[in-house]
Amino acid sequence: MSDLLTVEHLSVALSTGRGSFKAVDDVSLTVATGEIVGIAGESGSGKTMTALTLLGLLPHGARTAGSARFDGTELLTSSARQLRKIRGRQIAMVSQDPATSLHPILTVERQLTEHMRYHLGISRSEARTRAIDLLATVRIPDPEHALGTYPGQFSGGMRQRIAIAVALACEPRLLLADEPTTALDVTVQAGILLLLQRLRQERGLAVVIITHDLGVMSALADRVCVMYAGRMAEVGPRSEVLAQPRHPYTRGLLDALPHPEGGAAQLRPITGSPPSLGHVPTGCAFHPRCPHAQTSCTTDRPELASIAPGHLLACPIDPLADGSPVDGPSETTVTTAAGTAL
Amino acid sequence: MTSLVQVSGLCVDYGRRSGRVRAVDGIDLTVEPGEILGLVGESGCGKSTLGRAIVGLEPAAEGSVRFAGGPVAALGRRKRSGSLRKLQMVFQDPYSSLNPRRLVGDLIGDGVVLGGGSKKAASDRVRELLDRVGLPTDAAEKYPHEFSGGQRQRIAIARTLAADPQCLVADEPISALDASAQAQVSNLLGDLVRQTGLALVFISHDLSVVRQIAHRVAVMYLGRIVEVGATEQVWTAPVHPYTEALIAAIPRADGAGVLPVDLPGDVPDPARPPSGCRFHPRCPIAQDRCSVVDPRPVRVDGRDVACLVRAPEQAGSLSG
Repeated sequence: MSDLLTVEHLSVALSTGRGSFKAVDDVSLTVATGEIVGIAGESGSGKTMTALTLLGLLPHGARTAGSARFDGTELLTSSARQLRKIRGRQIAMVSQDPATSLHPILTVERQLTEHMRYHLGISRSEARTRAIDLLATVRIPDPEHALGTYPGQFSGGMRQRIAIAVALACEPRLLLADEPTTALDVTVQAGILLLLQRLRQERGLAVVIITHDLGVMSALADRVCVMYAGRMAEVGPRSEVLAQPRHPYTRGLLDALPHPEGGAAQLRPITGSPPSLGHVPTGCAFHPRCPHAQTSCTTDRPELASIAPGHLLACPIDPLADGSPVDGPSETTVTTAAGTAL
Repeated sequence: MTSLVQVSGLCVDYGRRSGRVRAVDGIDLTVEPGEILGLVGESGCGKSTLGRAIVGLEPAAEGSVRFAGGPVAALGRRKRSGSLRKLQMVFQDPYSSLNPRRLVGDLIGDGVVLGGGSKKAASDRVRELLDRVGLPTDAAEKYPHEFSGGQRQRIAIARTLAADPQCLVADEPISALDASAQAQVSNLLGDLVRQTGLALVFISHDLSVVRQIAHRVAVMYLGRIVEVGATEQVWTAPVHPYTEALIAAIPRADGAGVLPVDLPGDVPDPARPPSGCRFHPRCPIAQDRCSVVDPRPVRVDGRDVACLVRAPEQAGSLSG
């Protein structure tokens, strides 16, 4: 498989009144044609900012470093004009909230056909025919009638399906889906996950799915990247990362979930809350919340290291390794000092 | 023996005569002290309306809600009766349910002062309540915006506890929170029930969360309860096809890459509910008579299920 998207050492700094802070810090990621890559993490982990960077949609004053190549084109240095040709045509995005991503006073037809006519140069009637097909694909009942209606006339689940139809209208090669099903019922969510899976199989659509729902991640993603405070904590094949997590943060996220197969035991939340921009702890950003933190964690920033083919981990302690020797760490004793817990 | 909360034949309507929508249609339900009752269903099924009607925020069109032996009257122009102070609600969004211009200590202290306590008593109680919900006592001197979503929801819970409630109705209390904050708040609610013996109605669209906390679970579809029973039983061996579909649609975070099972269609418009069993247009096991006969709850395997196919013991009555 050839890589469609290659992100290398991407950093994004946002300037605020109090100075400049890194929202995304040294992220590297590849996505191949037909591949689904998941990015997981709590709010403020830099998931959404990574996606917005790829589309050139950063807030004013943001500075980027590193590289992000889409099919050979460098996105970070592209002109606005070049980006307009890619955005919506080659790379499309679905955001979390269909109430704000769809325009409330434009008809569904206008929103579904405008970019098709701009990017594909097709006639109004052709665009209309395609729009009807698209609405049928995302299972909007009576697509012809739906074209003349407004987003407000649909339920949240249906609106999100329309937003997905808008994103898929120009047959993009890469879809950035930012919490696409978080606001939806599980039943509607199941329908959308199946749709994405089908598009990947039929059209080779590549998807970056951003979600804090590890269940969704497990159902869909081939590879999973876990982010914390703008940095990558762990990345690897879905089966390894979710079934045998190695980073204490990944473990924590999984333990905080209700387990359908497990008993009705108490949930084990991660103590404290994620740091806000500008208040990222020194060393490993996760150390104040980590049950395995050692003194070195408060000062040394962990680098990603390979622990298995395609599986990278940013934790030199690696307390979850099953007694197997791991490259790198010098300490062998694991103390459970609480550190400077919040 | 009467239950702490007794809902009988409750119907709640929205809108005027012509555009009337029956959001809750003939619900019977009880909640006992020390019990956590989960209320689940897709959006638009009426679970929030039912929750609001239980605490008296929505008037009943038919039927009644009784709390601790007395009637729960809808909030009108007159003051809410003092006996209802023991019945409190926690809302979904802790960003909009807390007044951003008041100190946390004042927000929580209101409950104590309204209950007849002095300002001094209030400030002592505030500290005790903050500690109770796991927040530092200096939180009283701060404003809501200084806290994260999970901490705000704790403040909202502390505020309801100030009234010494016997029953809490929590409407999607953890849906707006991050995964780890979700676990913290749901554990807190569970602990409160175990330690103080209050009753909790926990409303959520997520059956996997409800399963973790609730003793009993009621599954709603389009204004009706389709299945109610002990949580573990409903979860491991659902009888109603809708309950089954809800459980099958939950993706498992086991890394196995199994896609959830889809339930086609949307919740129908409650203004025009389908004839017969309301679930029949989406039901995988529907038979001809399901579109005609409206199923009544029947006791099956220790729970009440409204399904002609799976719970057929009695003949259902014709819908009117």
